[in-house]
Parts: sequence; C-alpha cells; structure tokens
Amino acid sequence: MDMKATAKKLGLKERYACMTRGLDWETSYQPMDKVYPFDKFEGIRIHDWDKWEDPFRLTMDAYWKYQGEKEKKLYAVIDAFAQNNGHLNVTDARYLNAVKLFIQAVSPLEYMAHRGFAHVGRQFRGAGARVACQMQAVDELRHAQTQIHTISNYNKYYNGMHSWRDWYENVWYLSVPKSFFDDAITAGPFEYIVAVSFAFEYVLTNLLFVPFMSGAAYNGDMSTVTFGFSAQSDESRHMTLGLEAIKFLLEQDAANVPIVQGWLDKWFWRGYRLLTLVGMMMDYMLPKRVMSWKEAWEIYAEQNGGALFKDLARYGIRLPMGWEQACKEKDHISHQAWGTFYNYTGAAAFHTWIPGQDEMAWLSEKYPDSFDKLYRPRLEHWDAQEKAGNRFYNRTLPMLCTTCTIPMLFTEPDDPTKICYRHSEYKGNQYHFCSDGCKHIFDNEPEKYVQALLPPHQIFKGRNFKPGVDPGAPGFDPLAAVLDFYGVEVGRDNFDFKGSEDQKNFAQWSGKGADPGQSR
Amino acid sequence: MSTVFIAFQANEDTRPIVNAILRDNPGAVLEEAPALVKINAEGRLTVRRETVEEELGRPFNLQEMHVNLITITGNIEEDDDQFTLTWAH
Amino acid sequence: MPVKAIKPYEFAPQDALEHFHGKQLLYVGWDEHLMFCSPHTLPLAPEMPFAALVGEVLPAVYGYHPDFARIDWNTVEWLKSGQPWRPEMDKSLAGNGLRHKDVLRLRTPGLNGLQGSCN
Repeated sequence: MDMKATAKKLGLKERYACMTRGLDWETSYQPMDKVYPFDKFEGIRIHDWDKWEDPFRLTMDAYWKYQGEKEKKLYAVIDAFAQNNGHLNVTDARYLNAVKLFIQAVSPLEYMAHRGFAHVGRQFRGAGARVACQMQAVDELRHAQTQIHTISNYNKYYNGMHSWRDWYENVWYLSVPKSFFDDAITAGPFEYIVAVSFAFEYVLTNLLFVPFMSGAAYNGDMSTVTFGFSAQSDESRHMTLGLEAIKFLLEQDAANVPIVQGWLDKWFWRGYRLLTLVGMMMDYMLPKRVMSWKEAWEIYAEQNGGALFKDLARYGIRLPMGWEQACKEKDHISHQAWGTFYNYTGAAAFHTWIPGQDEMAWLSEKYPDSFDKLYRPRLEHWDAQEKAGNRFYNRTLPMLCTTCTIPMLFTEPDDPTKICYRHSEYKGNQYHFCSDGCKHIFDNEPEKYVQALLPPHQIFKGRNFKPGVDPGAPGFDPLAAVLDFYGVEVGRDNFDFKGSEDQKNFAQWSGKGADPGQSR
Repeated sequence: MSTVFIAFQANEDTRPIVNAILRDNPGAVLEEAPALVKINAEGRLTVRRETVEEELGRPFNLQEMHVNLITITGNIEEDDDQFTLTWAH
Repeated sequence: MPVKAIKPYEFAPQDALEHFHGKQLLYVGWDEHLMFCSPHTLPLAPEMPFAALVGEVLPAVYGYHPDFARIDWNTVEWLKSGQPWRPEMDKSLAGNGLRHKDVLRLRTPGLNGLQGSCN
C-alpha cells in the first residue's frame, strides 16, 4: 500500500493566483483587439493586467459556499415573516411607502447592475478583473431576486408594489434611477466601473444601506433589513472592487489620472443627485428614525469620503467637483424632495403625508438652521388646508433638469429661498439644469444628453397614452390617461396616506389604529 | 489620521468576532445601532484569526466574515491569519 | 470634450419643437413661492396672447396660493433666462419673442410667500 504524502494546503494568496491567473491566453486566429473591442477607445492605458489584485481574494469555490449560506439565512427569515404575518409588525402603515419606493427605484437598478457587470466582465482583457465582475454580476442578480421575493410578501396586502417593472420604464420620478444606470451602462467599460463600483458603491451606497436598513429594523421590518444587509455584505466586496479598480487605473499610467478624475466628477454628482430619494426616505418615511440624512452625510460622505480622497491624493486625485455644494445642501434636500412628492403624489405610486408634531420637532432638532425657517411653514399650511378639506395637489407638470431628470427643486447653493436655474445652448436648442454639476456634465457630452427622455415632455409629445387614446376627444383628461398608461391605479396607489386603503387595512388587521405613529 | 470602520449584523455569529476585534485593537470604539454593530478605529484595524478562534472555541476561516459583514472602509490587506483595514495616507 | 465613442455619434434631440403637435414648451416659475416645488412645464400655442397666459393659464397653475389673488399685475417683474424682461400683454407668445423651451420667472414684490417665508 502506497502512502501518499498529502500536499500542504495552499494559502489564500496562492489559491487566488491559481483561480485568476493563467486562465486566459493570447489569441492567434483573431487579433486580441477584435476579441476585446471596447477596452481601449476610452483612452485608458493598461500595461500589466496581472497587477490587478482582488484584496478579498475570494475564489469561486469560497464564493459559492458563502453566498449559499447567506441565501439560506435570508430565506429562513422570509419564510418566518410570511408564516407569522410579519407585515403587521411594522411601526405603522406609512413605513410601507419606503418599501414601495425601494422596489420601484432600487431593485430595478440591481438588475441593471447585473447586466452592466455581465457586460464589462466580458470586455476586460485581464482575467482577475473579469472574475471579480462575473461574481458581482451574479451578486446583483441575487439582490434583484431576493428583493422581489421579500417584497412580494407585502404586495399581497398593500398597494404601490404590483407593477414596479412597468413603472420603472415610464413613471416620472423613476426616470432618475433609470437614467443614472442607462447613462452608465452606455459608456465604456472603464467608465462604467468607475461610475458604479467606485463613485456609487464606494462613495455613496453606505448612505443607503447602513442607516436606512438599520431604520427598517428599528421600524419592525425584519425581512427588509435581512435582504438589505445580505445585499450589503456583497456590497463590501463591491466597494473593495471599486477602490481596487481606481488604484489599478491610477497606477497603470499617469495619462489615466485626468480621465478618471473627469469620471469621478461626473458620477459623484449623478450618484449624489440620485440619493436625494434616500435622504427623503430617512427623514420623512421612517416613523421611528435612526439618524437624519444630514448626520449620515457627515459620517459617510464628509468623514469617510474625506479619508478616501485624502488617501487617493498621492495619485493626483482631488475631491470630486460639486463636493462642497453637496455638503451645503445637506440641510435642505430631504425637505425639498418630500415637498416635491407631496406636490405630485397624485401622479405617484406611493402615498405622502404631513409629519406629526413630534416628527416635526425631531426635524427641527436635527435641522436647526433650516427646518423651522424654511420648511415648517409650508408643511403647517398644507396641514391646515388638508384638515379644511383642501389638500394641495400640484396639477401642472414640473420642469425637469435635462441631466439628472429630477424636477428643478434644488435651490441656489448659497440661497435656499431661490430655485437654481442653469442653462446651455446646443445646436439651436436650449437645455436646462438644476445645478452647475448637471450643466457641466451636459456641456461635456451634449450629443449624449440631448437624447434625455424627460417624462413631462414624453407626455406632451403624446407618447404616454395607451394605443387608441384620442387626446383631441371632448372632455379628455390627460392626467387620467397618463396614469392609465403607467398602470397606476388611481385612488389606490396614489394620493395622500390619509384615507388610503393601506391605512384602513393596516389599522383593521393590526389593531394599532389608523394613526399609530402620529400625534397630529 | 482617518477613521477606518467595519460593520456586522448584530447576531450570535458576530459577537465573538466583535469581541476579538475589541481585544486586538485597544483604541477601537464600538457603536451599536438597530440590527448592526460598527467598530471605528483610527487609521488601522486588524481582525486576527487566532483571537476569533479563542473567542469562538473552534477553527475559523476569516472569509466566514463575509456572511455577516455589512460594510467596511479602508485599504484591505488579507491573508490566512489576519484581515487589516488601513488609511495610511 | 465630446462623447468618446467607437463609431460616429450623433442623434436627434428628444425634445425638438416638431414633436409637440404645434405647441411650444414654456417653463414658468414663481420666485419666492417654493410651496410649488419646482417651475412648471406648459405646452402652449405660439399664437396665444400673453394676456391669456396671465389671465387663463396661470390661475390654474398658481391659484391655490393665498398670494396669487393679491398680485397686482402692473408691478410684476419678469425674468427671461434670468434677465429682466417686459412682456407685451396684447401680443402673442411668439410676438413677444418667446422661443421653444424658454424660461419665464415672475417676481411679485411685497408678496414673498406664507408669512414671508418664501413658501
């Protein structure tokens, strides 16, 4: 009987090298540039792909093992949630509107991220980068699926979650997340990875997943917090990929530095504008609040982002353009966004409301320099009007920023009483923007952004009516026709929370009463 | 000096990891929020496999952290025995 | 710095005048009245008299605000593309030189929102 000596187990670094090196080859029947047609046109120079090193060194076998464990944990919670009517354990039914916004605006982005990483994972010449992107593509698909599964348990009982896939394609406020990813995925592979892995994932997603998911737990929504943290555990790896990608690009060639800086300027601003929705969710849509948008911004952007850019300064990278303005806006954007949805909740697939007195007191405390002076008067006026049977609904379509496609709701950086208007002329047409950041992005790539699909324009072009609808017919109601085209059920998905089906049902099923979280 | 941090889901799997981190990083500060624990440290934070194994009473693979990790910041240096986060610059 | 692309890259703008069925877009904002969260998009006939914009269109847009009924239209200040501008009430929008996608802002001195809060 032969005694075989067992080979010594490979260490982490050797295992990673075995799984990511020597898997590729120089092609001979076809030129490499034809096999990889997209990784040079952006002007990025790569001299040695082997310098790409994944800090986690996660290999495919370990990946499947740990992802499988995460999935088992998550589905155990989802099953328990469904079996025990977990939906009745949330603080109050207003909270569910944050879940609606999540399935409408965030989950479709997870799917687009999956498509994006599948694409760039094919287009990079280096095997290490391809393996990392391939894992991320699988992660993102998992996120989309687990979010859909989790939220489907709420969809059985509540409005505003049934047609999220159709809404994402057409509804006015969902053009904001949609355009962010569509604009990133239609760029080259290096720009995509800087936009999504670095600017969005590394610099910004902590703001969404950490305080907001902790807030979901605080409001008794165990299933959302579970998928949120399960997704975020992958996100740690994605953020690391983003930082690795940036360092790799900057170390490969000095000529890459200005290109990368330009992308950082652009995608930081786009990502930050997109997060306006998150600020509003944190400050207004969580009945029990963990921290304000302003506090989260100070921790995760100012302190942590500051540390990151200090670390990158050695390569000649500076803070992104617009950083200073974003820091000034932290006192305002959540209030301005909530006011916007209060204006247009008649055309949205979730409800809005006026915060209760105790909630306004919290907002005053968290926003001493802005809330009482600027935002409380409008909320109190709307509240009084609503109680008198005259609830405010803005019935005229908003003007949008061409770049971020958000209504022009943002104010001048140094004067929060004035809307910020910026514009550019291009080939005899005018284009309008909410900020210097969005104008700058347009001015650099006007050929791209003249194609922006702005939902109010789509409506006036007649593109948002069902086939056979005649806008010239007597008594034609354009808003009703648009909502019908969107698939928004008028009187169920939209309008004020007060008097909504969700409010009535939750009160009856949970026994908590119609106003559990409000003292108004 | 910049702050590095690591955050985990608050559960029984992560308690020994958190204890190990607090033992090995004397300046580290524990911050608790609903459903999560976050540990902040100035400039540098290390997770040592051996310390986690002492806390846990069984062999531990550092990559098991992925299951309960929420977020991290800093540059990562990892091998079979330790996982370190730094802001060196 | 134009778009970097692998092929010639040129596409028609999405919101050119010809898409709007004979109307042109006019954006209107009312300064210091942020209760209306943003300026508005109005599709209007170029031949519409400016007086009809003031008398028939704007009341439906802004009438909800208690300040609106108090406006003295003789003292209203207009801005076009951020510059002071004076409309001629009896002329059409086109006759006033308003182009597709122009922005008009109105200022109402003395009326600056709920309790002067710019809301």
